[in-house]
Amino acid sequence: MINIFEVNETNKMIEQENLDVRTITLGISLLDCIDSDLNQLNAKIYEKITTTAKDLVKVGNEIEKEFGIPVVNKRISVTPIALIGAAACKTPDDFVTIAKTLDKAAVEVGVNLLGGYSALVSKGTTKADELLIRSIPKALATTQRVCSSVNLGSTKTGINMDAVRLMGEIIIETAQLTKDIDSVSCMKLVVFCNAPDDNPFMAGAFHGVTESDAIINVGVSGPGVVKTALSKVRGENFEVLCETIKKTAFKVTRVGQLVAQEASKRLNIPFGIVDLSLAPTPAIGDSVADILCEIGLEYAGAPGTTAALALLNDQVKKGGVMASSYVGGLSGAFIPVSEDQGMIDAVQAGALTLEKLEAMTCVCSVGLDMIAIPGNTKATTISGIIADEMAIGMINQKTTAVRIIPVVGKDVGETVEFGGLFGYAPIMPVNQYSCDAFVNRKGRIPAPIHSFKN
Amino acid sequence: MKKTIITVVGKDTVGIIAKVCTYLAENNINILDISQTIVQDYFNMMMIVDANKSAKPFSDMAMELDKIGEDIGVKITCQLEDIFNKMHRI
Repeated sequence: MINIFEVNETNKMIEQENLDVRTITLGISLLDCIDSDLNQLNAKIYEKITTTAKDLVKVGNEIEKEFGIPVVNKRISVTPIALIGAAACKTPDDFVTIAKTLDKAAVEVGVNLLGGYSALVSKGTTKADELLIRSIPKALATTQRVCSSVNLGSTKTGINMDAVRLMGEIIIETAQLTKDIDSVSCMKLVVFCNAPDDNPFMAGAFHGVTESDAIINVGVSGPGVVKTALSKVRGENFEVLCETIKKTAFKVTRVGQLVAQEASKRLNIPFGIVDLSLAPTPAIGDSVADILCEIGLEYAGAPGTTAALALLNDQVKKGGVMASSYVGGLSGAFIPVSEDQGMIDAVQAGALTLEKLEAMTCVCSVGLDMIAIPGNTKATTISGIIADEMAIGMINQKTTAVRIIPVVGKDVGETVEFGGLFGYAPIMPVNQYSCDAFVNRKGRIPAPIHSFKN
Repeated sequence: MKKTIITVVGKDTVGIIAKVCTYLAENNINILDISQTIVQDYFNMMMIVDANKSAKPFSDMAMELDKIGEDIGVKITCQLEDIFNKMHRI
């Protein structure tokens, strides 16, 4: 039988170390909503989402109460809208009507974010994909809860450089359309290489076409728990360090597994995966950077950071895999800048640069995340940054992403407030040398040699 | 049978167990196990109870116990035991 020390340990994780379930994300397939009539399509989408997800928030809240574990977000992901709208949408504005429908449905069922305003263009771009991509700035500026993502490359297909070039421009345009509120729309837009079909985390969640009609995916979070556990083994060798992370990750993930199974049972929707990610928040003590410091760095970004992060990421996976029957999504440590107080401190101290962050993305999920850069950054420079990140993902057969915010009217030295879980970020300097001639080449980068495994 | 874990944490005072037990008895909730420690004047108790025969829904029980806790200056939490079993048992 459970004893008082075990009960206290769990409750201390929840109350003092910010252990929580970051998100229950309900994936909904919209493939059966496809219609060549735009009004019909919108009506069907609204109906499908509001019917399938009507109890999601209620069940999330019940689970939170009964198990005493905070379930911070209840969210929805849908089939990439470029596929769903292809038959009906003839202009970018047609796609914007779908974004508004998604927003309305999200409000109706009470979820705070809905992902899947997406296009998958890793090899080529269809007419509909391009229309959707061109509609993103307006779609994000005129909705509150819709998140957008674009998959620009994969290990199997290479990198679609035409789409990379276009996304540089789209990110700038998205920033411009919300320039009065610090370009915040860019927070809801992410580009990927090797995007997973079952990611529960925003802004990149979408419901892949390989998924069933509806599915429950859960993302847990516990950087504070890992940090506290590590504070008890200061000075110990790497074996002890790694074992401690593994055991803690196991415990954290078990909570995710329980919540996923309960949500699945109560909603009568199959359980998909638990995402093993260590996802920070701006709350003090809920920081991945603080774990790196606990491992032995003065600041995240100091020499040794990439190794420490690689170790952390690997142990989190090793501990988490056994704790859950199905693991998927992004699964690894997140290193967003604005959402992690330790990262913000490191940037402000001058310890952490964009280039070091890029190196860190080679060994963890996901990529350059929630990074504010000067608003006058050129579109081609953003495309260059994206291309670099996509190349890391393609060559290393892992997911990489870029969620970057060119804050219009602001420059290095200033900060930008995103609010709530999104936090705030110091504007980081970007390398000023040009990559125009590289980015302006047409076509795609071929798939790497090690992708030919058949 | 689903068991519920009730934890009581706070400054030690007269009658904590009595008040909690009275509430449980009144609501037909059976106590299966009690363990208790006092660490640096702080009272720390865990009860394993069977609330299946109680007419009260879980959320009401949790809310009312929380209120009792507030009245006597301690924190009372109700949780289904699954979260602890999942975390600490393979």
